[in-house]
Amino acid sequence: MAAFETPALGEYLVIPLVRVDAMAHSKPFVAKPEHQQGLGFPGELVPDWEKVAVAKLGELVSQSRALRVFLDSCVKCGACTDKCHYFLGTSDPKNMPVARQDLLRSVYRRYYTFAGKHFPKLVGARDMSKEVLDDWYSYFHQCSQCRRCSVFCPYGIDTAEISMAARDIMDSVGLGQKYSNEIIGKVHTIGNNLGLPGPALRDTLDGLEEDVKEATGADVKFPLDQKGAEVLLITPSADFFAEPHVDGLIGYAKVFHAAGISWTLSSHASEAANFSLFIGNHDNLQKVAERIREAAIDLGVKRIVVGECGHAWRVAYSFWNTLIGPFDFLDPSYPAPQHICEVTYDLIRRGALTLDRSANDDKVVTFHDSCNVSRGSRMGDVPGGQFLIPREIIRACVNKFVDMAPETIGEATFCCGGGGGLLTDDLVELRVKGALPRMQALQQVVEEHGVNYMAAICAICKSQFTKVLPYYKHPMEMIGSVHGLVSNAIVLGPGQ
Amino acid sequence: MSALTVLYALLFYAAAAILVGGVAYKSWVYARTPQPLKIPIPPAPTTRRGVALRMLTEITLFRSLFRSNKWIWLFGWVFHVALLAVLLRHLRYFTEPVWAWVTLIQPFGVYAGFAMVAGLAGLWARRMFVDRVRYISSPSDHLMLALLVAIAASGLAMKYLVHTDIVALKAFFLGLMVLDWQELPADPLLLVHLALVAALMIVFPLSKLLHAPGVFFSPSLNQADDARERRHAAGWSASIGHAGRARGG
Repeated sequence: MAAFETPALGEYLVIPLVRVDAMAHSKPFVAKPEHQQGLGFPGELVPDWEKVAVAKLGELVSQSRALRVFLDSCVKCGACTDKCHYFLGTSDPKNMPVARQDLLRSVYRRYYTFAGKHFPKLVGARDMSKEVLDDWYSYFHQCSQCRRCSVFCPYGIDTAEISMAARDIMDSVGLGQKYSNEIIGKVHTIGNNLGLPGPALRDTLDGLEEDVKEATGADVKFPLDQKGAEVLLITPSADFFAEPHVDGLIGYAKVFHAAGISWTLSSHASEAANFSLFIGNHDNLQKVAERIREAAIDLGVKRIVVGECGHAWRVAYSFWNTLIGPFDFLDPSYPAPQHICEVTYDLIRRGALTLDRSANDDKVVTFHDSCNVSRGSRMGDVPGGQFLIPREIIRACVNKFVDMAPETIGEATFCCGGGGGLLTDDLVELRVKGALPRMQALQQVVEEHGVNYMAAICAICKSQFTKVLPYYKHPMEMIGSVHGLVSNAIVLGPGQ
Repeated sequence: MSALTVLYALLFYAAAAILVGGVAYKSWVYARTPQPLKIPIPPAPTTRRGVALRMLTEITLFRSLFRSNKWIWLFGWVFHVALLAVLLRHLRYFTEPVWAWVTLIQPFGVYAGFAMVAGLAGLWARRMFVDRVRYISSPSDHLMLALLVAIAASGLAMKYLVHTDIVALKAFFLGLMVLDWQELPADPLLLVHLALVAALMIVFPLSKLLHAPGVFFSPSLNQADDARERRHAAGWSASIGHAGRARGG
């Protein structure tokens, strides 16, 4: 990893002048054959890969209206050019959403459109070549699939769909990304991203029970594989051990405990994350999700609740019904699936939780909207519930809350810089630079309102900020779970 | 019957066939291609009615673009609205008698010609002077603007500088529509204007102008946000079979 400079924060966010190839050197480690084969991909670059890639592109286009419409419709208006956090942080023009799309679109045009077949130079069509593949590998791993550009596109063109397709094509010719593919393999064989087997998970949960007992005196349980529980909790495995994620898990457990809801984790489906989304492969996407259906049926639960994880909530909210539904085996009086924030918010509104805001009086809190929650899903029953509900929970748990600048939150939120399968040390330069727009907005509320705590509901955001906050001269402890705040504020009665 | 008339008659038949056939074919392909997953982009309505309203504001007001970039919105919206007015004004060359409302909008149509050029000039200036937009522009993007500017300019030139025999021109087009060919006036400016319009009609279904039908099919815009309420399945996702096993379990 070459040395790099952390971008300087100015008074406001500046749209940079383009610097060609500024990030051409950024590439994640390539998956080894053993990482590839477990997912059904060739171990290394196949012979005649150019032809295989072009054929795969045609197949994907014929299977996805989104891809077809998005590849045809762009008019190069430029509206998206200043919307990507990676462009704003790196100045590399290939990180402008339209230019990133064009890496794939140029090949689509060459092989699948009249104009590209006959007038390639005129319309910017390119042959599939090693140079193109290198560009794909570099720049489709500089997209966190956060969908911010799509919000601002007059045709709703979603670069995430295009980068997912590109990664799927690369996997199909034997060029995979180590980080995502190794992790997906662990879910297939063990059941979670960490490769944490059932007994180790039980040990971890026992430890948490002791910790909570010591801290509060209450017998808060962390059940595993408990048949007949009402709720199956599906949460990112980072919640089991990583800081500050684990505070969130403790918060969920306290909420269930206080509300008297029986719940369980599953050792078969001990992972909410589904990195198959990032690599755009629907076979793996379905296969990873299927474990959750199996666990829910096996344990005989009535509800499935998803913990704080951004892309997992997108997959759960938007795709589960399609991939592993219908949920006719669950209690129809609850949404399936339900977000933990929906559960907590509902209990707060019904007055079922006792919360003491003063427990968080050492904090001035802001909230980072995670991209997949904001732009890939919803909560509650009205549009925008995904923005309202977490904030209402925070307001019920803290006295001092301020939002960051409106153009950096809600549907226009900036990605943390580590989403979409990029949360790996081999991409740390990209991650630090991509965090610039968020850090800029954070800096402003730190200076104006003394914010010292940024809450989030995404495991990737939490890990990413833990890593990058120090680059911007903030303590890594500044990032925390929303349910960590709940955990602090919740009052557990002695009889409970 | 001059060779020129025959040439232009055939050109317009071909151009109309390519435009209509091409757009219809592309729309059919879009409609036939499945969208296996739900991918609405916020602010996504939760009902079909809401989606209809969203599409209406996108298509008539360019709402997302307005949020995105005020300059592109201004130039782009002015261009499109002006183009629509100009097209409607031209209906008088294809109808006999001319519909009353078409007569009514004639003066606006003329102003719209200038507005169209202004909008195109603004978009072209961005393409040349904003470094990000310059980077993403292909030769075809410039050519498309050149084509549209040339069409507008040649049209305005006929209105204000060198008039053509408009009565004969109208007879030519009315004749084309009923397969009763009439002589086309051989004015150079008119011939240029018509050839460019025919070129635009031909490139329409082969180029980025497909954004016009495409926007209606964009899943991120036209899907309702109701994934939990209604099970969506299409294409590969329709072949995932669970129903039987679930009820048994």
